[in-house]
Amino acid sequence: MTETSTQKPIPVTVLTGYLGAGKTTLLNRILSENHGRKYAVIVNEFGEIGIDNDLIVESDEEIYEMNNGCVCCTVRGDLIRVVEGLMRRPGRFDAIIVETTGLADPVPVAQTFFMDDDVRAKTELDAVVALVDAKHLPLRLKDSREAEDQIAFADVVLLNKTDLVTPEELERIEATVRVINPSARIYRTQRSEIDLTKVLDQGAFNLEKALENDPHFLDQDEHDDHVCGPDCNHDHHHHDHDHHDHDHHDHHHHHHDHGPSPIHDVTVQSISLRGGEMNPDRFFPWIQKITQTDGPNILRLKGIIAFAGDAERYVVQGVHMIIEGDHQRAWKDGEKRESRLVFIGRDLDREKLERTFKACEVQA
Amino acid sequence: MPTVAPLDLEGHVVGVVFLKDTPFFAEASGTIHRLDHGHRTIEAHDGLLSLDRDEANDSLLTGGEDGKVMRIFADGTTSLVAEAPRKWISQVAAGPQGAVAYAYGKTTHVRLADGTTKDFPEERTVEGIAFAPKGLRIAVARYNGVSMHWVAIAGQPADLEWKGAHTGVTFSPDGRFVVTTMQENALHGWKLDAKAGAEARHMRMTGYPAKVKSLSWSAKGKWLASSGAPAAIVWPFQGKDGPMGKAPLELGTRANIMVTAVSCHPAEDVVAIGYEDGMILAARFADSKEVLLRRPGKGAITAMAWSKNGRQLAFGSAVGDCGVVDLAG
Repeated sequence: MTETSTQKPIPVTVLTGYLGAGKTTLLNRILSENHGRKYAVIVNEFGEIGIDNDLIVESDEEIYEMNNGCVCCTVRGDLIRVVEGLMRRPGRFDAIIVETTGLADPVPVAQTFFMDDDVRAKTELDAVVALVDAKHLPLRLKDSREAEDQIAFADVVLLNKTDLVTPEELERIEATVRVINPSARIYRTQRSEIDLTKVLDQGAFNLEKALENDPHFLDQDEHDDHVCGPDCNHDHHHHDHDHHDHDHHDHHHHHHDHGPSPIHDVTVQSISLRGGEMNPDRFFPWIQKITQTDGPNILRLKGIIAFAGDAERYVVQGVHMIIEGDHQRAWKDGEKRESRLVFIGRDLDREKLERTFKACEVQA
Repeated sequence: MPTVAPLDLEGHVVGVVFLKDTPFFAEASGTIHRLDHGHRTIEAHDGLLSLDRDEANDSLLTGGEDGKVMRIFADGTTSLVAEAPRKWISQVAAGPQGAVAYAYGKTTHVRLADGTTKDFPEERTVEGIAFAPKGLRIAVARYNGVSMHWVAIAGQPADLEWKGAHTGVTFSPDGRFVVTTMQENALHGWKLDAKAGAEARHMRMTGYPAKVKSLSWSAKGKWLASSGAPAAIVWPFQGKDGPMGKAPLELGTRANIMVTAVSCHPAEDVVAIGYEDGMILAARFADSKEVLLRRPGKGAITAMAWSKNGRQLAFGSAVGDCGVVDLAG
């Protein structure tokens, strides 16, 4: 459209987190800090937003299933309507923030920004930010799948209310979050106090920016060691969550030795794949097939692919069955040309993914 | 050659209408402009979301982000019809006997001429409202179908079910068909005189490359024109089965330039076709003959309306370059 091609897409930040995790506090910070930007805010209930902002829109969460036979292709109808309404009057705001309810599934929210042509033409999903109540996370993980999904799906996790737990508890909670989502950036906060540049303008879904300088993604092995440390060996077992025997053993082990641990309630797994240079004629059909067949089980996927004979890094990212990829930038001198892919999801077959990913290598 | 009198406004135009012989242009900002011996403005809303022309009263109903439902008259005067503070009035519809329907969230509110109101709650958000051409009856588009309510008679709604999100609804002028626009690139229709549950009741109109946002019934109701393709897609509704088993007309076909608005002429079987680049054509159903009404402009055509005598066409765009085409030249 003529109007849209000249308009820069409006960035959208999605705030998730359980009731009481600190979303409203963070929202009030964003709206009241003197950063010179204007935000339109879409909330489920006006609630306790204390700031006088003209552009707070109430919207009833409304899930649309798409009639294409894909069970995970869901979008939020209310967001389509509200975003369309907001975008008819651009210039009133620089960015949009969507605050979801505590029990909201973040996936339809995110997919709205990829699957609806009108929304996609005018806006750009910037990042999904999950607030986690450090004190209550273990309980939340026990009684709901949503809390886990919100963390698994996030680009940024604010581990909030750290003043309410002991340093040891905090270590354990952070390790749990890291197990659920190894590629998110985690910040420890109190009363949602954070430098907003760490939350806004992340470009987490922007292929050009995604994964660039992402320490957790690029140095994942080192990071795992750092987070887990010798005092929390259970995490290491859980990296092998898909191996049922390990899992069982793990459960057993903990019931006897340490009593219940929050980590027992983690059902999301992440699988990091690493390989050499890839053959595009093998890789593309493979990733298509994986996302088609395992899409319902994949919450997020991110990757950097080195194609043989290609001077540029190729980046991919996906949500369920939606996958996007593009060249990002030239490989730097001395940069190791290797391919990496992280899947976050449930019931993923690690052995199969590893084997079939390897089979896409040039040397395979 | 038709001439165009331009009207350059600031922002997105949600709708245009003629009240008496005066063209009105309703901006998303809430300002309504009218060309009545000069350019005049009405500050109707802080943010305008929805509108419908009230044929019975020759007036315009509008709903806003300010929670107000307003009625605008040809002379520019306004009156407040209803108010729901802090709610976005996403739908309004004008009915017979002065009835007004409006919705925010999951409930349709109908206000009758005598001031009494009735509420019709749905399980999902109300996405479209239309009054039946005869009888005080409304069709409400919502997720998975349409709810049909008699306004004056208590009772269960008749549900027209079809899986998926229905984003707008219209009755055919003879009242025999209900057609919805959908979130997917399709229309869905129901034959109201077919038995509930019968396969023949449903009409699937698919094949659009984009969402359908504009529908217009032809003068005698025998055709339904639609946007959502690089041509106006015009479905035949002459037969008792509607368009089933028949191919639609494709008028004003352009390569990769989408039609964004359609408006059928009030007397002839002719449709005005507005495109995403701002161009407007008129095309005749009988022979597909086209006439250029306006060259491409700054933004997508969002709304069009014919004057009663069919000699003028008012149009609005997504960026505010509006105008009135005079066919007499």
